[in-house]
Amino acid sequence: MLAHSVFFYFFSIIAIFSSLMVITSRSTINSVFFLILDFISVGCLFIMVGAEFLGMIILIVYVGAVAVLFLFVVMMLNVAEQKQSWFIGKKSTHIPIGLIVSVLILLELLVVVGGWKYKNDLMSSSTLNLSDISNTHQLGLVMYTDYILYFQLAGVILLLSMIGAILLTFRQRKGVKKQSYLNQISRNPSSSIELKDVESYKGVKIDD
Amino acid sequence: MMEYLQILGNEVYKILFLLVPILVSVAMIVWLDRRVWGLVQKRKGPNVVGPFGLLQTLADALKYIFKEIIIPASANKVVFILAPIVTMTLALVAWAVIPMSEELVLSDINVGVLYLFAVSSLGVYGIIMGGWASNSKYPFLGAIRSAAQMVSYEVSIGIIIINVLLCVGSLNLKDIVLAQQELWYVIPLFPMFVIFFISALAETNRPPFDLPEAEAELVAGYQTEYSGMMYAMFWLGEYANILLMCAMGSILFLGGWLPIIDIYPINIIPAPVWMILKILFLFFLFALIKAIVPRYRYDQLMRLGWKIFLPFSLVYLVLTASFLFYFDKLPKGNF
Repeated sequence: MLAHSVFFYFFSIIAIFSSLMVITSRSTINSVFFLILDFISVGCLFIMVGAEFLGMIILIVYVGAVAVLFLFVVMMLNVAEQKQSWFIGKKSTHIPIGLIVSVLILLELLVVVGGWKYKNDLMSSSTLNLSDISNTHQLGLVMYTDYILYFQLAGVILLLSMIGAILLTFRQRKGVKKQSYLNQISRNPSSSIELKDVESYKGVKIDD
Repeated sequence: MMEYLQILGNEVYKILFLLVPILVSVAMIVWLDRRVWGLVQKRKGPNVVGPFGLLQTLADALKYIFKEIIIPASANKVVFILAPIVTMTLALVAWAVIPMSEELVLSDINVGVLYLFAVSSLGVYGIIMGGWASNSKYPFLGAIRSAAQMVSYEVSIGIIIINVLLCVGSLNLKDIVLAQQELWYVIPLFPMFVIFFISALAETNRPPFDLPEAEAELVAGYQTEYSGMMYAMFWLGEYANILLMCAMGSILFLGGWLPIIDIYPINIIPAPVWMILKILFLFFLFALIKAIVPRYRYDQLMRLGWKIFLPFSLVYLVLTASFLFYFDKLPKGNF
């Protein structure tokens, strides 16, 4: 039990410290690295409470894919300059909206935590026996039976947002040369090489 | 307190017992790679240092250790030094769950496959960090290429793993191997094995998909600014990752430590030997492909990943699931 609590405090201190560093560090790239550290330590906390499936999924989805895209965006765009200009420059349109969103999130969190506090029998209402089967099996048993509608709905929402993102960035450019793989593969010597007898002092035209 | 120390000491001993053979075999595998490459091209390959040139890698490593480590003036020093360490650590950490036989495994966790997949998807960070921290154009281009490449091929590897998991009904690597006692999955899932192998080539930046370090275009990609021991660490990490992918392939498709047929003279060969032989077989294919296949173009690589492998493995997933469902062969599980 001692080792368990030592590791719990170790991971939670890292998680809290790195989440603070995400919002306070000057360089945006360091923010992203601290965000990754935060994800990893939260994943470790999940594994420690026995939710190994969730912990691994956090590692795969958030650290392995989402954070990579964050890094991409931060590296490719000049986020650092923009950030500087918000704080040093005159007006920022982002801070008021950001404040509203964060206050809303705080309120929502309070509602959720309060709900647990006052109706803690919700937690124990699960019909599954949590002790003797691994949590991957538990998730599988519930996700595709009781919660199939929500699961499908989440999938459809993701699909829609993907189509939306593609539509936003899709534009047809003119004058772009496209390669047809079929044509490239199906070329053979007889269709691409032509032998010609060249007369002296005359030469050949290429485009005949 | 003494108890904890004893447990800790025991674990450290076990970890060393795993890590030292892996590091030695990484060195040997580099030699094998160069040797096969040489033989395909009718050269001899490294054959001077030690018997058959076996100690060549050791000599190379010694050379790297005594070289100066140069950190570019404009580099982000912390990230620059961290990048090879991350690569190396992640490549070695994944070996904790690889079972060499039914008992010989460092940590037998319930979600072994997910752990392997997670660690191999983290591998991209070493490359991005190295490329970005070098603060130079070639490494950055190499890093961006590599990140896009690894993220896109992970998707099809994930779906291939789901294919295998559907047949097994467990995420535990030991269960996956034991489920193949009657039939190795390479036979019913042969197309998936081929796609897994090609995706593994792309995931570990091996030729013909070594675009992140394509020397004709990008000097040495994300490693351009690295020198001495830091370069050697990238290099060791890369080969440890390749071995890991071979181990993953042999566990998922070639029946791990199981012998080819379970009859008397063959099954007295101990289980770890079978595992090592299978890893070596897959690595031999890796080395052959490096020698005989020309490099892909970047758009061809992306097209192969997203437009061919992903739809094909998705369709095969549906086929596998319907087959298992129709013939009532879905694993019932032990819960």
